[in-house]
Formats: sequence, C-alpha cells, structure tokens
Amino acid sequence: MTATAPWQRSAREIATAVRAGRLAPAEVAEAGFAGPGARWEREVHAVLAADVSARAVAAAAAPRDRSLAGVPVLVKDNLCTVDHPTTCGSRILEGWRSPYDATVVRRLREAGAVLVGKGNMDEFAMGSSTEFSAYGPTRNPHDLTRVPGGSSGGPAAAVAYGLVPIALGSDTGGSVRQPAAFCGVYGLKPTYGRLSRYGLVAFGSSLDQVGVFARHVGDVAAVYEALAGPDPFDASSRCGAPPDVRDWTAGVRGLRFGWPENLWREGVDGAIVAALERAASSLERAGAIRVPFEFLPGRYAVATYYLLATAEASSNLARFDGVRYGLRHRAADLGELYSGTRGRGFGPEVRRRILLGTYALSSGYHDQYYGKASAARTRIAAEYRAAFGHGDFMLLPATPTLPFRLGEKTGDPLAMYLSDVFTLGANLAGIPGLSVPMGLEPGGLPVGVQLLGPADSEPVLLRAARAIEMDGEPARIASAEEREPAWPGSR
Amino acid sequence: MAWEPVIGLECHVQLRTRTKMFCGCPVAFGSEPNTNVCPVCLGLPGALPRTNAAAVAHALRLGAALGCRLREHSVFARKNYFYPDMPKNYQVSQYDRPLCEGGALSVTVEGAARAVRLTRIHLEEDAGKSFHPERHGDRRLSRVDFNRAGVPLLELVTEPVLRSPEECALFLSALRRLVRWLGLSDGDMEKGQLRCDANVSLRTPGTARLGTKTEIKNLNSIKAVERGLRAEIARQAVLLDAGERVVQATLLYDADQDRLAVMRTKEQAHDYRYFPDPDLPVLEADEAARTHALASLPELPWAREARFRDALGLPAYDAAVLTESRELSEYFEASAPPAHAKLASNWVMNEVLRVLKERSWDVGDWAVRVPAARFADFLGRVAARELPGPVAKQVFSWLPDESGPVSEILARHGVVVASGDDELRPLVRAVMDEQPAAVAQLLAGEEKPFGFLVGQAMKKSGGQAVPEVLRRLLREELAARSPRP
Repeated sequence: MTATAPWQRSAREIATAVRAGRLAPAEVAEAGFAGPGARWEREVHAVLAADVSARAVAAAAAPRDRSLAGVPVLVKDNLCTVDHPTTCGSRILEGWRSPYDATVVRRLREAGAVLVGKGNMDEFAMGSSTEFSAYGPTRNPHDLTRVPGGSSGGPAAAVAYGLVPIALGSDTGGSVRQPAAFCGVYGLKPTYGRLSRYGLVAFGSSLDQVGVFARHVGDVAAVYEALAGPDPFDASSRCGAPPDVRDWTAGVRGLRFGWPENLWREGVDGAIVAALERAASSLERAGAIRVPFEFLPGRYAVATYYLLATAEASSNLARFDGVRYGLRHRAADLGELYSGTRGRGFGPEVRRRILLGTYALSSGYHDQYYGKASAARTRIAAEYRAAFGHGDFMLLPATPTLPFRLGEKTGDPLAMYLSDVFTLGANLAGIPGLSVPMGLEPGGLPVGVQLLGPADSEPVLLRAARAIEMDGEPARIASAEEREPAWPGSR
Repeated sequence: MAWEPVIGLECHVQLRTRTKMFCGCPVAFGSEPNTNVCPVCLGLPGALPRTNAAAVAHALRLGAALGCRLREHSVFARKNYFYPDMPKNYQVSQYDRPLCEGGALSVTVEGAARAVRLTRIHLEEDAGKSFHPERHGDRRLSRVDFNRAGVPLLELVTEPVLRSPEECALFLSALRRLVRWLGLSDGDMEKGQLRCDANVSLRTPGTARLGTKTEIKNLNSIKAVERGLRAEIARQAVLLDAGERVVQATLLYDADQDRLAVMRTKEQAHDYRYFPDPDLPVLEADEAARTHALASLPELPWAREARFRDALGLPAYDAAVLTESRELSEYFEASAPPAHAKLASNWVMNEVLRVLKERSWDVGDWAVRVPAARFADFLGRVAARELPGPVAKQVFSWLPDESGPVSEILARHGVVVASGDDELRPLVRAVMDEQPAAVAQLLAGEEKPFGFLVGQAMKKSGGQAVPEVLRRLLREELAARSPRP
C-alpha cells in the first residue's frame, strides 16, 4: 500500500489532483470501497446506503474546478439526499427517498464533492454510541469491541478507517464531537446557524447543527468554507458573512486559552487528562497563554439539555405517523394507525425521548420542566459568555471516558446521557466546538480533547487545532498525519 | 327564566397572499388536489418554514385598522395535536405573544354603535382538507388534499362581550367588510375564507359571573352563526331551567340538519403543549413597520360611512349600503355630481345594484363597462333635468352594453330631449283644447286630471319632453285661463 493511495489523501490533495486532471472523481469515489475498504466496512458497518450507480452519476456530474473537486464524502443519514434513501437510522423511514437535497448536501455538490453514501447513526440522532441504529451498530475501527460514539458514529468511523477524507454529521448535544474523539478524528460543531439546517431531519431544532469530520484541520476548514453561510430556506440561519477560516495556519501566538481544570479533577479518564496536558503544552509552545480558571457551567446543564432536546423532539417527530410517507401500520382506525406505526417504527430510545418530551411540555408540568429549562438555558449561555472573558477559547475534555464497549451502557440511559456532559453546553449556548484527536493511548484507543470558543470563533478554534496538529512532541506519534498511512486494519 | 347569553367569537380569515404562510407554494383555489405543495407545506423530514412577509404586513394592517396594540416582538408557537390533514402534526400558530392585542370593531345594533372589544389577532397556518371515508371496492379510504395546508390564516378573537346571535352576525358582516376593504381576504364564507367558532354561556342578567361555556365549531356562514348560536342558547336554557348543569364541551354545528353534535367534552380536551417554534425567529415589527401599517390604511369603512352621512347628508341606510364595499363607495364618490349625493345614491342603490344582481356582476365588472366618468356624465344630465325620468331609465339601460360618451349614446338612439318652453307650450295648449272637460274640472279646483293632461302632452311629444317643464307650463296655462277673482 503506497502513501499515495487515493483513500489516504486529504480532501485538499484530492481536489488539487482532480482540478489538475491527474485524478478522476469516479476513481476516488470507488477507492474507499475497494480492497481493504470493503473488508473494513463489513466489520465496522459505518455505511447504511452506498449505491454504486448513484456514485457514478454523482462523480460524473461533479464540477472539477472547485474547492472540493472530486472529494468523496459520506453524510449522516439524517441529511436529505435525492440519490440515496434517508432513513435517520429508523425503521419508520426505511427506504424513504427525499425529493430534495439538504442545503449542505447541495453546497457540497456545488463545491465538487461526490456523495458516496449515507452514514450510520443512532436512530434520529438519539444516542451516544450508534447502537440505537435500527440497522445494526457501527463499531469503532480502532477496537471492534467498542463503540464509535454517536450519534454520528457512522461518518466518524468512515473517516477514521479511510473510506472518505471528510464526512458530515449532526451535533445536537455532542453527536459530532464525541464520536470524533472516540474515533480519533477532527469533529467540528459550528456556531448555531452557520450551517443550514434545511434538509437536516430535526431532533432538537434549537440545538441541532450540522458538523464536519476530517482527518486534517485544513480539510475541516475547507469544508466549513464551502458550507457556511446564510440560507434563505433556514430562518434560523445566522445572518451575514460567516467568519473567514482561510487563515487556519496563522498560529496562536498571543492567544489566551482558558484551562478549567476543576472540570476534570474527578470522573475523567487519566488518558484524557494526560492528553489535555499535552494539548495545552503544544499550544504554549506555539505561543498561546494558559489561563487557569474555575468553570461551573451550570450544574443543571445535562438536565436542561435533556428537557429541551426531548421537548422539541416530541414535536419534531410527530410528523412520522404513517399517513404521508414511511412505514405504515395498516389499521382499522386512525388511532391504531398512529400507535401501530409509531410503536413499531420507532426504537426504544426514540420512544423514551418522545415520552419524556411530551411530559415536559404537558399542561401542569410545562412551567416546571420546559419553562424552567428554557430559563436555565439562558443562564448557562451567559455563563459560557462570561467564561470567554478568561480567554479567546478554552480547552476541555470532549468526553469523560475512552470509547466504551458495545452493550456497556445501552441498559442504563442515564449513564449514556452523562457521556455528553462536556459537549452539550456548546449546543445550549449555540457556540462552536472542535474535537481534536490526540493520538492513541497505550491501550490503542483514540483520545481526544475539545476546544470551545465564543460564537463565530471557528477561525480561532481551527488555528489552535492546527497548532496542536503541527506540534512534534509528544503528540506526534498519535497525530492524524502520522496515523493516516497506517490503515487501522494493519494494527 | 330569562338568561343572558355571553358570547365570544374566534374568527379565522384566510389571507389573500400570493404564496403560503411558510413556503413559496401558490395560494390558489380549485387546483387539482396536492399540486400546490412542496417539502415545507407537506411537512417532509428536514423541511423548515420561512415567514411570508406579506401575511405579516396584512395582519399588521388589520391590527392598525382595529386600533390594536401591535407587538414589537411576537412569537410563533407550535400547537401540537395529531390529525391526518395536518402534515407536521403540529400547527404553527401564536400563543402567549400574538402579533396584535386589544382593539375593537364597532357594529351598529338597532341604530346604535357598539364597540366589540377584541382580545387578540394572530397569524397561523391552515391545515389540509380531509375527504372522509369513501368506498373503494371493499375498502374504505379517507383522502387528504394538502393544497390548503400552509395557507396563511389570521385568527381574531373577541372578548366575551357579544350578547345575541344577531349581534354576532352583525359583527361577522362588519369583519367581512373590513377584511375585503383592506384587501386582506375575499372573506367568502362559502369558500371557507372566513370561518367562525363561538364560545357561549348563559347567566342571570345583571350578574357578572360567567356560566359554563361550550364551544361551537363549524359556523361557516352568517346564517349558521345565528342559527347555531340560537340552538345552543336554547339548549343551555332548557338545561338551566331544569336545574341541570351545562357540561363544558366542544360542539359541531351541522348547517344542513340545523343540529348540534358533541365533538368532545372537557375530559377529552386536547393538551396542545404549546412552545415557541424553534425553527422561526422572533417576529419583529419595528416602529417603521408599525408606522407603515397605520399610514398605508385607506379611509376605513366606518369613517367613510359617517362622512357619507354627515358631510354628504345621506340617510344612514344609504351610507351603510354604499360603504358595504370599498369599490362601491369609491364608484359612488367618483360618479356623484356635487350637491346631488342623494340622487346619485338612489341611482346607485336602486339601479346599479339591481343590474349587478341580475347579471351576477361585481362593482368591478360594472365599472369596466360604465367607467365612473361616464356615469358621472349621466348623473349630471339627470341632475340638470336634461333627461326626463322615463328617458333617463331608458338611457341607463343602454349604459352597460354600449360604449362611448353619453352624448354619443343619445345620438345613436336618436334621443332628442324637448325642454324648451317655445317647443312645448303649443303642445300643452293643444292638449288643453282637446280636453275641455278636464280643464274645466281643474279650473273648478280638482287636481285629479292634472296628471292625465301631462301624460297626454308627453304622448304628443313622443316621450321626449321633460315632465317638469310640461307640469310648469300646464300650471301657467291654467293660471292664464282661470277667471280672475
């Protein structure tokens, strides 16, 4: 296996080669599915749908003079695509084909990218392990007995094992950043409203944001640049030009980063704490200034998040009723059609969250739950804003633990929910977060850390991630650049 | 025992916008089922709403016209309930922060103006239309047409200040006139463009406490509002008279059968689980938008009605009829000769409206054929007594079907109007000579033959004489022949 196999290259390298006419989009699109890729996919199960003829059509149609010319991309199965089914990992949408492309999918195609298939996910993005996919779990490419994280486990794993250089996920409470950390890749959740939600099947509309997976900081920047910006079809999209991320290599000299050490004094895996220290050292070597401070981002963040996300979900998922599309349970009367369709079509976690959310909005409980959570959210967002008084961005864990084993938490919803403890604050506050891979711990599992910044700080987060990516010692051995040529299967 | 009804209305007005409330699909009636639809109004996965600014402007104009407080920040909320014609199984509506609050609409009840206070006006989206079970072989199928799904609806809620079915009917008529006047809606109740639900309870007159109310849905004509409410008031009165209690319920009115049926009782009431729609930003109506709404209002119907009455001196009835529609009132004003408002009003109310009814035209259809300037010319001639009554009626009948100025029409039909004394005096004299008996009676003080002689003279003129002139000449001739005292 040579270092120049198409599946090993970065998105920018592929695009450069395609623009120069040295590489054909169809060839790159198939490369990840051939040879070791096919073997890996059988084990990992990152992909739900990948239609070879749709790929051929997409590759032929892709403009070859754009920023992502010929770059193969996998998108999470809750992003609507006209050429592949969109199931959201649920039986209720089995085989459903959208008549329209999500705005981000359309922009990817316009930038020259080639959609190669749809990524596996926890049903309707509800979960942190991709075990709640109705079509079977995705496994972590670094250890097949472990989960890739979730809910965007499929796209994260696909980027990690080399099927594609970039992928799109969605992040409602950490669903991009947590699987990125578990799979050892970069995962960006942009500022709320920077990437259009039009065509992203909603879970918690006020929290959902499309996110980017890649193996290189520069690829994250390239995808962000191609996708970010206002969308007239999404009234919640942020007005004005998105921040310019083209200076992602500009360095961090003089930038101050918050170091909220109190967050990992207990309950965080030692390998993650060590990775945080390595990342901080890298930033300091690059000229950034560490600013330790106490950060208590609302003791009630997890409760707040789960009340709001489930409340919105209970309404967002009401449309799946068997009347117009998707699964229909044939029944003698309307009530039975509804309950039969939804009872059979939704898995246990989705049903649980719909019930929780319905309860939180019910008359008599509305103020106590939904109302209080809305007020708490405002406070939590303010606490994050205040925290950025200590620095231009902050460094903190992406997850409290390393990738856990399949089945370890499926029976304990609360333990599963707590794996989002470091990520969901960014969704409540609407701010950007970036998961940065810090190599493998001695046991061979990926370790990641997280960067958070105020709204529209994507350029700063990318510069910081690049500084860590560039630093030779001691993260070098585990950097994405180093790991990439080693196909995980060869380990 | 006499009970006092306490009624509040919830009116829904379909707004006349080019496109739907939250997407770009056309608002059109009579299209093939499910042709004016898109991912947004079908509630497809991933689709998101975007607010139609024209609908917001319409609602602000109505709010401004009714003297409501226009909220600077109002919020769209989701009203959650399952129904097959509701694509998302929630309706985007407004809840605790509606676009407009307060205000009043004045209605004239038995000659007196009464301000009906309003609670609120808000915007929401309409649902699709269900067609209930049809047999297809051995299966029963319901079908849904989503063309109407997402059409902008304006909901207007009154305070419980209405006291009789008749008042409610007057209120609806006034509302219909206003929304048409402002060009917000065609307000056609038969087409469902104006719909009404009513909340009604009874109480002992003079007491302040409200009784248990029921809600009547499906009051889809002004007649249905009156009859449905009458039936429900009677039903509640019978219960209360017998010492029983009214059970809080939602009733459906069946206009064909004139019958009320219980749809659901309080125990089965929906919990709509309202919450702010996270897909839609807070709706901002800044100072400029609110000022514009107010400034863009035309003279309002009640103001014009008062002006017709007070400044033009028209009877209240005429003023009300002429301001029933903005088009009619404007046509009237543009064609009425100065100082002859009543004459113009008579012609418009008796003749023009009769033709409209006969031909099923609206004012626009008439005005295309008889532009106001031409009708003004006609009325001017009538006012100047250039066209005698029968001639005028004849000329009027030609107006809608013939083109050209009135003078041309007269020439085309060879209408020559005789009004000169020199022309007509010999005629009058001749008639008097032919009818000595009648003249004698007149000279003896009887009035009866006067009309007969005028008629004879008119006949001699071939119908072209101006009757007033004939009458005056006859008086003069009689005076000349009467024996001097």
